[in-house]
Amino acid sequence: MKTAVRKITERYGKDKTRLMDILIDTQTELGCIPREATLQIAEDLVMSEVDVDQTISFYHFFSQKPTGRYKIYLNNSVVANIMGMKEVVRTFQKELGIKFNEVTPDGLAGLYETSCIGMNDQEPAAIINNRIFTRLTPFRVKEMVRDMKEGKDIDDMFVADYGDGQNRSDLIKSVVSNNIRKIGPVLERNYKPGQAIEKIINMDPGDIIEEIKKSNIRGRGGAGFPTGLKWEFCRNAPGEKKYILCNADEGEPGTFKDRVILTELARLLFEGMVIAGYAVGATEGILYIRYEYKYLQQYLESILQTARETNYLGKNIQGRKGFDFDIRIQSGAGAYVCGEESALIESAEGKRGEPRDRPPFPVEKGYLDMPTVVNNVETLCAVVKVILNGGDWYKSFGTVESTGTKVLSISGDCKFPGVYEVEWGFSVNDILDMVGAAKEDVQAVQVGGPSGALISPDEFNRILGYEDLATGGSLIILSNERDILTDVVLNFTEFFIEESCGSCSTCRIVPTLLRNKLMKILNARGVKQDIDDMLEWGKILRASRCGLGQTAANPILSSLKNFRHLYEDKIQKNKEFDSGFDLNAALKEASKATGRVTII
Amino acid sequence: MSKPVVATTSLAGCFGCHMSFLDIDDRILELIELVEFNKSPINDIKKFTKKCDIGLIEGGCCNSENVHVLKDFREHCKILVSLGECAIMGGLPAMRNGIPISECLAEAYLNGPTVSMNEERILPNDPELPILTDKVYPCHEVVKIDYFLPGCPPSADLIWLTLVALITGDELQLPYEVVKFD
Repeated sequence: MKTAVRKITERYGKDKTRLMDILIDTQTELGCIPREATLQIAEDLVMSEVDVDQTISFYHFFSQKPTGRYKIYLNNSVVANIMGMKEVVRTFQKELGIKFNEVTPDGLAGLYETSCIGMNDQEPAAIINNRIFTRLTPFRVKEMVRDMKEGKDIDDMFVADYGDGQNRSDLIKSVVSNNIRKIGPVLERNYKPGQAIEKIINMDPGDIIEEIKKSNIRGRGGAGFPTGLKWEFCRNAPGEKKYILCNADEGEPGTFKDRVILTELARLLFEGMVIAGYAVGATEGILYIRYEYKYLQQYLESILQTARETNYLGKNIQGRKGFDFDIRIQSGAGAYVCGEESALIESAEGKRGEPRDRPPFPVEKGYLDMPTVVNNVETLCAVVKVILNGGDWYKSFGTVESTGTKVLSISGDCKFPGVYEVEWGFSVNDILDMVGAAKEDVQAVQVGGPSGALISPDEFNRILGYEDLATGGSLIILSNERDILTDVVLNFTEFFIEESCGSCSTCRIVPTLLRNKLMKILNARGVKQDIDDMLEWGKILRASRCGLGQTAANPILSSLKNFRHLYEDKIQKNKEFDSGFDLNAALKEASKATGRVTII
Repeated sequence: MSKPVVATTSLAGCFGCHMSFLDIDDRILELIELVEFNKSPINDIKKFTKKCDIGLIEGGCCNSENVHVLKDFREHCKILVSLGECAIMGGLPAMRNGIPISECLAEAYLNGPTVSMNEERILPNDPELPILTDKVYPCHEVVKIDYFLPGCPPSADLIWLTLVALITGDELQLPYEVVKFD
């Protein structure tokens, strides 16, 4: 084992900041990261064991214990459950004879839960040994378990045809579908790689930034910071080296548009990174991609290689002297919070993905403490189109405050879940029509994932845009048959509990307290005070350091705002106080352990 | 007019809060002029003999008996006060809350390094013993608590000022010295 690990650390030049890659390779090679390997890594990188340990323990997809020859990760997101994940889970558990977080005694398979894997339009989905399986049914699960018992290679376990577009390419070979339902300026088919780069090499970097500013494009990750301004700050910040980071850690449950862009338009994205690099004076770019999309990595590497071979990446790009830029891919290892830009930087540096205190902002001190631009996948793609067609052209789409288009990820109860590129300013009503949702049967729409807002039909005339419903692009449609409190609010709140990095006490504690309150109400023990408490305690989360903590109460606060009657229907009207304490339940475990009958 | 009645108890605590209570020193003479004590370890009255006005609770609930006593207090007292860290938060006993109770019992009576007797490998199961709860609960998670006096222990002055305020109905004055804990 020692030599195997040594080989891996040497592959990355024994560089501490590449710890993530080292751990990912170790996990891939050994199936887990046992203590011996940790010690070897610590020795090679001249780190303490706990420093390596704390990175390992932070990420969901790292394991210190063997995880089975087939590692099965089942998505527990809202839409997965709506589409029948519970039956799939039950079948896996029955066929394998294990529960979640267990490995079969013969070491064949391990079963794990995971947060949304970006396949909401084709759930129930699973990741097995880094391959994606979509649209699972109990029948299909039985087949798969049979294949596993026969020791089949994971690639031989697919029975469906490969998906559309590049999903069929030799380097992906995946059953994932793109489901592109509507194309616009960003997703359009006529894109010719390299044109924008050929144009900018004759431009002054300052002029590029001016053009971007003129287009008024804002960050597409959800926060909506003006892109031109971000680039300008970074360009003006002192630093011997600058970096362009692309945030492809698409972790907001319900979002999957970046997956489709990466599959179909990777060259467009990379071209956007090169433009950003030229504009701010950076020479290195990093594409930080979530571990769930690891099945795309080989393909993406090949695209980068083609770009290098044709001198759209590398040194003196397209003959422009001194214009050097290259991109490497950094994979995450399963942590929603790494979608927060400073946490993403920490993670790219090989550390725990804990958000940093700001200021200083990444544009001043980012990756390796150097000025860094972190942009969303979609932002960088749109930038290419702005360069090719001009800022004024871009402004002709959308609204005054929200220019351009937005690529939406739409899922849930509708006929055509998938990816839609629309102009900003579309109303929720328009969208419901577009995706074939039976409007009279729509109870609610979750806009922007768990950290966004849950809106009711009387707000369906609201429009998507920074001036009204700002969103990273995820819409989950919920029909009348869904139980909003259990299926949605509870699931989202548990998601935030699971994904908190634990750094701020607010985010570490309050969501759990809120979940307990919600459970109390669901168990018919709630009183009005509980609703008041939730409203009051939810405010405390605003004190958290990053967006995850600050929005962790949103599922509850937003549903309380728009669906308060659901809560009020469940609370006890004739009681002012009920602690919800159940002595019988509290004594159960000790009674069982000591063989006593509980008599209260 | 009859004097207000006070009751006190120590649940999963260390009696430190009661010791702090006794630190009011000679003011205890003043106190017994002001109030009458009912069920309390201070006078060793074991059962409530009447309704009380104020109940002081030290410690959280770690077993069935704690829960019964606490509920009994709630029934008999108009005002219940959580006295000190353990009553308010669970305190030191709540350190076990992260470990399943069956594991705690096994460590204490079967597998721990100091276990030397117990050859039959029995977990204490005498019917006289209260049954442990799955975790240590702060009092307000079991019954309604009206006031919370923080501290480990709350200082004698804080307890004194609170009792006087509750008895006289005056607003409680809390000088900085009384609520700073370092």
